[in-house]
Amino acid sequence: MGGIPHDHYEPKSKAAKAVHSRLPIVGLLYDTLMVPTPKNLNWMWIWGIVLTFCLAMQIITGVVLVMHYTPHVDLAFASIEHIMRDVNGGHMIRYFHMNGASLFFIAVYAHMFRGLYYGSYKAPREITWIIGMIIYLLMMATGFLGYVLPWGQMSFHGTAVITGLFGAIPFVGESLQTWLLGAGAVGQPALNRFFSLHYLLPFLIAGLVILHIWAFHTTGNNNPTGVEVRRGSKAEAEKDTLPFWPYFVVKDLFALGLILTVFMAIIGFMPNYLGHPDNYIEANALVTPAHIVPEWYYLPFYAILRAFTSEVWVVQIASFVTGGIVDAKFFGVLAMFGAIAVMALAPWLDTSTVRSGRFRPMFKWWFGILVADFIFLMWLGARPAAEPYATLSLIGATYWFAYFLVILPLLGVLEKPLTPPATIEDDFNAKYGKLGAADAANPAE
Amino acid sequence: MFKKLTTGVALALTIAAGVAQGAGSEGHVNDHAFSFEGPFGSYDQEQLRRGLKVYTEICSACHGMKFVAIRSLGDRGGPLLSKDEVRAYASEFVEVWDQSLNDGEGDYRAALPADHFPKGGNANAPDLSLMAKARAGFHGPAGTGINQLVKGMGGAEYILSLLTGYTGEEKTSAGVTLYENTAYPGGWISMSPPLYGEDVEFSDGHKNDLEHLSEDITAFLMWTAEPKLNDRKRAGLVGVLILGFLTLMLFFANKALWRPIKYKKA
Amino acid sequence: MAHTDEHEGTRRDFLYYATAGAGAVAAGAAVWPLVNQMNPSADVLALASIRVDLADVEPGTQITVLWQGKPVFIRRRTDSEIQAARAVNMDELIDGNDRNDNKPDLPATDENRTLDESGEWLVMLGVCTHLGCVPLGDGAGEFGGWFCPCHGSHYDTAGRIRKGPAPENLLVPVARFDGETELVIGKENA
Repeated sequence: MGGIPHDHYEPKSKAAKAVHSRLPIVGLLYDTLMVPTPKNLNWMWIWGIVLTFCLAMQIITGVVLVMHYTPHVDLAFASIEHIMRDVNGGHMIRYFHMNGASLFFIAVYAHMFRGLYYGSYKAPREITWIIGMIIYLLMMATGFLGYVLPWGQMSFHGTAVITGLFGAIPFVGESLQTWLLGAGAVGQPALNRFFSLHYLLPFLIAGLVILHIWAFHTTGNNNPTGVEVRRGSKAEAEKDTLPFWPYFVVKDLFALGLILTVFMAIIGFMPNYLGHPDNYIEANALVTPAHIVPEWYYLPFYAILRAFTSEVWVVQIASFVTGGIVDAKFFGVLAMFGAIAVMALAPWLDTSTVRSGRFRPMFKWWFGILVADFIFLMWLGARPAAEPYATLSLIGATYWFAYFLVILPLLGVLEKPLTPPATIEDDFNAKYGKLGAADAANPAE
Repeated sequence: MFKKLTTGVALALTIAAGVAQGAGSEGHVNDHAFSFEGPFGSYDQEQLRRGLKVYTEICSACHGMKFVAIRSLGDRGGPLLSKDEVRAYASEFVEVWDQSLNDGEGDYRAALPADHFPKGGNANAPDLSLMAKARAGFHGPAGTGINQLVKGMGGAEYILSLLTGYTGEEKTSAGVTLYENTAYPGGWISMSPPLYGEDVEFSDGHKNDLEHLSEDITAFLMWTAEPKLNDRKRAGLVGVLILGFLTLMLFFANKALWRPIKYKKA
Repeated sequence: MAHTDEHEGTRRDFLYYATAGAGAVAAGAAVWPLVNQMNPSADVLALASIRVDLADVEPGTQITVLWQGKPVFIRRRTDSEIQAARAVNMDELIDGNDRNDNKPDLPATDENRTLDESGEWLVMLGVCTHLGCVPLGDGAGEFGGWFCPCHGSHYDTAGRIRKGPAPENLLVPVARFDGETELVIGKENA
């Protein structure tokens, strides 16, 4: 399996040996749980556990909700109300699932920006990064499919808008959209298949999560310095690392506990804060809500989608060059998916010799602007499609692309990075060494 | 870094929630202190009973509540009518359509507790089951979501402001009479003023002016929209306490675990 | 020095166990709702009991109502049916248990099977105890009670199994009169 040298599971009893020689599952779990982990990981390395928890929580609450849900256009909304009113504890389970999606995305964005700042995507972790991006796309798809199921006004008209994106693709768009919906418009075929896929995709995600973990257990975790663990020998590696259990498990669980406490308060006291009131109105094809807004976690990319109108010169050029095949609508769709694609290409766009943003004085600023840009776009995504928001969206979208396509490649050339510590052990001791001395002086502690 | 991102995420969230609501010409909605607001707030059972009376005598003339079961009037955290009161209410005040009657032709019959409230008789009058959650009273400022965070979503406030927001002006456009209302987006609503004050008499002599009646029916509609609010807040509180304690324990366990690693006596 | 370490070690172990305990409590609190959601929901419970108005049921007739998806026979018996049922010797019965949820595990006398003292009202699930068919009523079978056409089980006028493959008397569900003519079948939930 490769990876950092460490102790492996040794079956002791006869029975354990017999099992191990036939199915080495205990050994696999041991290796996974005891994987050497850089001891200098900071609090941004907790999101993996939070995400794993979210996936499990969403699958468990989802399976339970399905026991009471009916995927039929006439009954779906009523079955949700049945869950909210009649099923034992159903209102809590549904609020957990509903807000669980938001927690999932908060965690995934924190996790992604952690990776972007500390250069976790850089070689040799490109495959981990790419798998992560695929998981993220599948999460977005799953979230969208799930939002359709309550069959409220936002579900219905949101579906029409989002599937309309596929309709923008030249030549095949219209038939693609019809294929997705199983009809000319959103209706029973769409609800039924979206339900099926919403149930399926999380298990696909779970499979990819296993690959994601396998990949980074092979390369080893990145860490805040971006310096690799020494792996010449087990003794050397142990100076830089600690086993995942118990040190990081307990640390991560503490962080998870803190996050879940806040999460519980949101569910208990303001469970509809992140939702849209219109989705408490049963779907009606004849009445469109005044303002269709996707869930908050899609907003940055929704803003990018809307930014490229036919007045923008890039769009005009694209339209001219392609003889009108790429119109504004299609350009917007391309831009939206492109915004995610450039993120996926970060491993090859970043030319810096240093991995971690901690040692990149110029990068830090550009990265800070990127985070601000993301939040700015999120805000713009829900503003009405009018001035000044259209222009601001264009600025925000431009920076997003510029960061990945121009700034990342150029910084590697222009920037003079600081020198990272030689080893993870040095970094760790630099932080705790002095305190250690003070502690030693005070043995009563 | 962690702190920066957390604040960033928190900010992003409030923005997201803020702008999730529509723009356009907004009506004016006043904040109001209901008994069910805040982490410890709960429904006032007497108020819900008064609200039920207002609903029965006024609203149900046009509106329906098809997602609400009559039996739930006897539920904990609701108006808490006794079993006999629920049965009496169902048979006395509610008629439902039963397709099995009259040899499959269907007919109206007196309702049973297990039945739901019927759909409204007026196609233009929306169903009221979820109205208090299907409307938002507060937005912004500037799509930041801070108002909702501070004041709540404001569905109840919207209803209350709407019921008390009629100015008395009317106009007719395209054959429809519209009534001016300060809370309604756009300012002109097709629902005639449903309450004027003293429309409903309470046996205990509780005040029945427009403000009080509106407040009572609003509380009742909040209950129909979120009947498990009391249970939910209790579960939330217990959950926060358990998780908070667990987190505290994990904090100390983590500290104890790392102590010998971080502060090695070298 | 060694002593302090030991002391600290115990304290630390206690902390770990207490944390694990708190975690177990939290996990338990999370699991319970997931289990409980599979119990009957409020709308199902609301149908756990039904009310039947018996004002129009004449002696010698029976009505069948649907309760929890199962037929319930409500028979207002004639004097001759009551006498026939009460004349039966206990030794002749296949199943000596009264199978009455209102009076569980008593001898299968006619008095123990009926709802009222006089024995006029007999309320039973219309489900044959053999394989669940719905027996024919109104004096069917060799004993003037009910007869199951599927495999030929004969029940007498008190609904007791007398002949055929069925092992038990027809089950009497929880039922009571509310007032003179209103029958409540099933347990009423608080």
